[in-house]
Amino acid sequence: MRATLDLPPDFDPVTGRFGKFGGRFVAETLMPALDELTKAFIAAWADTEFRAELDALLRDFVGRETPLYHARRLSAEVGADVWLKREDLAHTGAHKVNNTVGQVLLAKRMGKTRVIAETGAGQHGVATATACALFGLPCEVFMGAEDVRRQAPNVRRMELLGAKVHAVQSGSRTLKDAMNEALRDWVTNVHDTYYCVGSAAGPHPYPLIVRELQSVIGREARAQVLRQKGRLPDVVVACVGGGSNAIGAFAGFLEDRDVKLIGVEAAGEGLNGKHAAPLTAGTVGVLHGAKSYLLQTDDGQVAEAHSVSAGLDYPGVGPEHSHLKETGRATYLAVTDDEALTAFQQLARLEGILPALETSHAIAALPKIVEKHGEGLTIVVSLSGRGDKDLETVQAALAERAAKSH
Amino acid sequence: MGRIAEAFDRAAAENRAALVIYLCAGDPSLDATVDLVVAAAESGADVIELGVPFSDPTADGVAIQQASERSLARGTTMRGVLDVVRRVRERSAVPILLFGYYNPILRYGEAKLVADAKAAGVDGFLVVDLPPEEADPLVEPLRAAGLGYVPLVAPTSTESRIAQAAALADGFVYYVSMTGVTGAKDAVLDEAAERAAALRPKAGAPVAVGFGIATPDDARLVAAKADGVVVGSAIVRAIASAPDVASSVRAVRELVAALAVACRR
Ligand SMILES: Cc1ncc(COP(=O)(O)O)c(C=O)c1O
Repeated sequence: MRATLDLPPDFDPVTGRFGKFGGRFVAETLMPALDELTKAFIAAWADTEFRAELDALLRDFVGRETPLYHARRLSAEVGADVWLKREDLAHTGAHKVNNTVGQVLLAKRMGKTRVIAETGAGQHGVATATACALFGLPCEVFMGAEDVRRQAPNVRRMELLGAKVHAVQSGSRTLKDAMNEALRDWVTNVHDTYYCVGSAAGPHPYPLIVRELQSVIGREARAQVLRQKGRLPDVVVACVGGGSNAIGAFAGFLEDRDVKLIGVEAAGEGLNGKHAAPLTAGTVGVLHGAKSYLLQTDDGQVAEAHSVSAGLDYPGVGPEHSHLKETGRATYLAVTDDEALTAFQQLARLEGILPALETSHAIAALPKIVEKHGEGLTIVVSLSGRGDKDLETVQAALAERAAKSH
Repeated sequence: MGRIAEAFDRAAAENRAALVIYLCAGDPSLDATVDLVVAAAESGADVIELGVPFSDPTADGVAIQQASERSLARGTTMRGVLDVVRRVRERSAVPILLFGYYNPILRYGEAKLVADAKAAGVDGFLVVDLPPEEADPLVEPLRAAGLGYVPLVAPTSTESRIAQAAALADGFVYYVSMTGVTGAKDAVLDEAAERAAALRPKAGAPVAVGFGIATPDDARLVAAKADGVVVGSAIVRAIASAPDVASSVRAVRELVAALAVACRR
């Protein structure tokens, strides 16, 4: 039986481009593997048996569908009707697992015997390790040494799940360097290894695969908001690191032209200082196999990103977001480390939810969106993950803030 | 015919494999690179691959990663690399390929870079993360300028991909000896050389083998069957472990001379 793959708007499946963005800029050694992966994904995605197996796993293992929760106290505070799409309640505590269960199921179907992944916050690493445990595949995760330090609980989780974690010492020792190292491993072990990319970035077909696997967020949210509120939202908001939870949330609403799509990047210490906001303040370049917005120097060297949140601390972004920015279908803004921390506390105190620091950026954008577009809007927020992994970082940052104000 | 193709022809006529030497521009300094390139050419290198350092060298092993980091930390830019070529041209006509990653080229602007590179005395380009599907924006200005382009073929490349690479080749085809990054130790070189020889009739150009060739013994195995031998990480390591520029020049002279002998059939 065949299901259909509805290609994303303006997507060319031959070149792997969303408009002028995307493509494949990788070593020749990997090109045949990307071809093989593209064919395998398109066949699997069109196979109703594969889809049924994935759907059952998403229901029984991941815990989908995740609720759409009407955040009344937060709504009152920001002056909008705010609905939280609770990806933090998915198994392992973030949206990342939607992607890994799908990709590792695909790896199994392709006969791959080893899975590798890069991770920033560790959520994708944990989600990959989880899926590998589920399917009995060995898993190795590359993580920047700096992230190993600031996301220590997730390192322990990965190890307990049976994964081997490699601390990457090169470059800025964050997500970008973890992805470099994962690519080096893949180019070496390409014959038996499946590279499970964690965001809607990388060479074609990864941006396509990840957006399709994450689009469950937006599909569910659309049906839920129609059911619970009786209408489409005015705005859908999500944080953007590589852009997977955002593209998943946006995918459900792309055709609803009246629904504004707003992505929130990390402004770090401010857009004039160190930040991680390529769509807001970057230029077009090529990193990790795709053409997209990028933080880079005048000489085309990739610039170091900075964000308090490891999952947003990446100088690139998935190519479909660059295209959505270029066409104006989505808009992007950036919030600082400080604003994200305040939003973290706000959601904790108002709604009893500790969000991930990544997610806190989406919450922090709400007042700005209300200021720009007016009060009374219905807003769906992708609550991409929970904040347990960030407690140490948050406590240290709050202590620093308290020390400064004295 | 360009200087690169001429160098391969000359080597073939002398019954030896062409020796291609990679150096990372700006490691330990751009001044030193000028001397190192000239020294390599004088010691028997037929073609120089001048590495343009990139912040995220995903196809490189530790030796070239670290050389790139050192070079960038000293402030190496594309203009600085072109200046090295200009200065080498005052002393040597050795063919020079710029070897690197796509983003610095894209940022500079392909057409402008090709024009500036030609003016500086560059003979061609090799871009590790630019497969044939994406190569047109660079290859078109290169052709118009009469500069060479060296595509890569890997052990994983299919027949149709080999044909795509062959159609772009101007100078030689770079055959990657194994699945892996530069400087890896596990290449099975005699088998790689055989695959390179089998590739020759389909490549439409000479085939040089690179990745994992470090010693004269390695070079001898490959030179027996392939048109060219590429040595990179071993050169970079020799430069990195020398205490000063004068001794790095000496080390490069010795290693290149020994490799050149090994390339004779
Ligand atoms: C909870 C959470 N949200 C968001 C992100 C950012 O990734 P993306 O932009 O791919 O959704 C991460 C990444 O680690 C994450 O853990």
